[in-house]
Amino acid sequence: MADIAHTRPSPGWVKRNKLAIAPWIFLIPALIFFAIYVVIPIFESLWLSLYEWNGLYNAAGESTAVWVGFDNYVKLWSDPNFWTSLRNNLAWLILYMLAVPLGLFIALFLNQTVTGMRFYKSMFFFPFVISQVVVGLIFGWFYNPDFGVVGTIWKAIFCEETTNILGNTTFRCARPVPDILSSPDWATYGIIAAGLWPQVAYCMILYLTGLNNVAADQIEAARLDGAKGWKMLWYVVIPQLRPATFIAVVVTVIGALRSFDMIAIMTQGGPFGSTNVLAHYMYEVAISEYGERYGYGSAVASVLFAIMLVYISYFLWRMYQDEKDAR
Amino acid sequence: MRADMFPRPIEKSGPGAKAAYQSFLPVALIIWLLPLLAIFLTSIRSAKDINSGNVFGWPSEFRLWENYTAVFTQSEAATYMLNSVLITVPTVMISVSLACLAGYALAIYRFRVALPLFFLFVAGNFIPFQILMVPVRDMSVQTGLYDTIAGQFLFHAAFQTGFCTLFMRNFIKALPFDLIESARIEGVAEWRIFWFVVLPLVRPAIAALAVLIFTFVWNDFFWANVLTQGEGAKPITAGVRALNGQFVNNWHLVSAASLLAAIPPVLCFFLMQRHFIAGLTLGAVK
Repeated sequence: MADIAHTRPSPGWVKRNKLAIAPWIFLIPALIFFAIYVVIPIFESLWLSLYEWNGLYNAAGESTAVWVGFDNYVKLWSDPNFWTSLRNNLAWLILYMLAVPLGLFIALFLNQTVTGMRFYKSMFFFPFVISQVVVGLIFGWFYNPDFGVVGTIWKAIFCEETTNILGNTTFRCARPVPDILSSPDWATYGIIAAGLWPQVAYCMILYLTGLNNVAADQIEAARLDGAKGWKMLWYVVIPQLRPATFIAVVVTVIGALRSFDMIAIMTQGGPFGSTNVLAHYMYEVAISEYGERYGYGSAVASVLFAIMLVYISYFLWRMYQDEKDAR
Repeated sequence: MRADMFPRPIEKSGPGAKAAYQSFLPVALIIWLLPLLAIFLTSIRSAKDINSGNVFGWPSEFRLWENYTAVFTQSEAATYMLNSVLITVPTVMISVSLACLAGYALAIYRFRVALPLFFLFVAGNFIPFQILMVPVRDMSVQTGLYDTIAGQFLFHAAFQTGFCTLFMRNFIKALPFDLIESARIEGVAEWRIFWFVVLPLVRPAIAALAVLIFTFVWNDFFWANVLTQGEGAKPITAGVRALNGQFVNNWHLVSAASLLAAIPPVLCFFLMQRHFIAGLTLGAVK
C-alpha cells in the first residue's frame, strides 16, 4: 500500500481516510432519523416526567409546563390505579410465559413429515399474523354472555329455555352466565388468555425452526444409548433449542409488557380500572377526556421503561457475549 | 423420511398410528382456529341470525357478498384500507433502505463505536412505545404532521429502522468478508462495493424485512390512536374499532370488517412464508 501511495502525487485527506469516513456516510441517514424519533424522545419523556403539563403552549409559543420535581412519582406511589396496573403487568409477565412451553408442545406435535404438513404448520401460525385488534374483537365476542360462544355453551349446559305467551324466549339458569370481561376478578385473565393465542403461535414457529436444526447425529447417538421420550426431550433436544428458547422468552416478555391493543379493544382498562396495565394506563392519563396530563403520563411511561430496561440490558449483555465469542 | 428427527417420525409407529395422527390433525386445527372460524361464520350470517341468537348453528342464509359490501358502503372502510396502504408501503421502503446502509456500515467497517451504535438500534427496537408517545405526539402537532399519513409513516419508518438494522447487520456480517476485501484491493469505491457486491447478496434479507415490517405496521393500533384524530388519516386497525362503535350489535358487519383488515398481512404471510419466518426468528435461529 505504502508503495502505491508514494508513486501517486499525495492523495487528499478524504482519500487517505476513506475507510474511516465511509461508515459515517452510510450511517448518517438512519442515525438522524432514529435519533429524532426514538433516542431523543426517550430523554424528553424522562425529563417531562418532572413537569406538570397539559400539552398546551402560550401565545408566545412557549410550553406551559411547570417544574414539579419528583411530585409525579410521589403521586404515583399513592395512586391505586398505578398499583393495579403494575400488579396486572406482573400477571401478564407470568402467565404470558405459558406461551413458551405451549409453543414447544405444539411444535413437537407438528414436527412430522406426513403429507400436507406444511399447510398445517402455516395454519397453526395464523393467529400471529392477524392484528391484535382483530384478535381482541374476536375474543370480546367469544366471551360475550348473551350471544358469544362462551354464553351459548353455558346456556346449553346450565340453562333451561322457556317461551312465554308472547313468544319471547327467556333462559332460567342454574348458574348465571359468566360475564368474563365485566368481572373485575376475571377480566384480566380473559384478556391474557386471548393474548396467549397469537403468542403461542409465535413461539411455536420459533421452535419448529429450531427443531429443524437439532443435530441429527446427537439424536441418533442418544437413541442408540436407549434415550427416548421425555428423557430425550429434556437432556438432548431442549439444550439444543436454547437459541429458540432465548428468543421466545425475549419476545414474550416484550409482548407482555407492551400489551395495549387487546386491553384497549376488549375492556379499555375497565371494569373500574381492574384490567389496566402500565402501557394502557399511561395512554389513559396522558390523553384522556379530562384534559391531557403529559407530565404524569410520562412518569408512568418512565416506570414502564425502567422495567423494560432490565430485560433490554440482559438481552444486550447476552448479545455482547456472543459478539465477543465471534471475534 | 428422516430417522434422526425428534419426535420420532410417526410412520415408524406403524400405519395405525400414522392414520390416527393424520385424522387428528384436522380436528386439532379446527379447535385451534375455532375463534377464527366462528367469526368467519358470523361474518356471513344475516342480521336475523344474530338477533335470534343463532351464533353456533348453520347460518339460515348466506350473506357473504352482502355483508362484505355493506362494510364498504356503510362505513369509511375503503378510506381506512387505502390509508393503511399509504402508511405501510413508504414505511417499508424507507426503513429497509436506511437499514441496508446502516447495517452495511456496522457489519463491514471496524470502528470503535460500531458495537455501541449497533446496540443502540437493538435497544431502541425493544423499548415501550409509551416512552416515546408524548414527545412524538407533541413534535407531530408542532410540525403539522399530526393527523396526517406522512406523520405516521415517518415515525414508523424511524422506529422500524432499529429492527431492520439489527437484522441487516447480522445478515451482512454472515456474508464472506473476502468478497469485500478483494473488491477493495482491486480499488473499487466503497459505495460501489455496497451497491454492486453487497446489495445483490442481501436480497433475501430485504424480502424478509419487507414482509415483516409490512405486517407489523399494518397491524399497528397504538400509534394510529396517538397520531390521528379524524377519519382522513386513520388506518384500518383504528378504523375497525371505530366501526365497532358504529355497528353496535351488528356483529356480522364487525366480523366482516375485522376479517377484511386481516387479509393483507395474511396474504403477505402465505405468499412469502419462508422469508417471513426467517425474519421472525431474528436470524438467531437458523
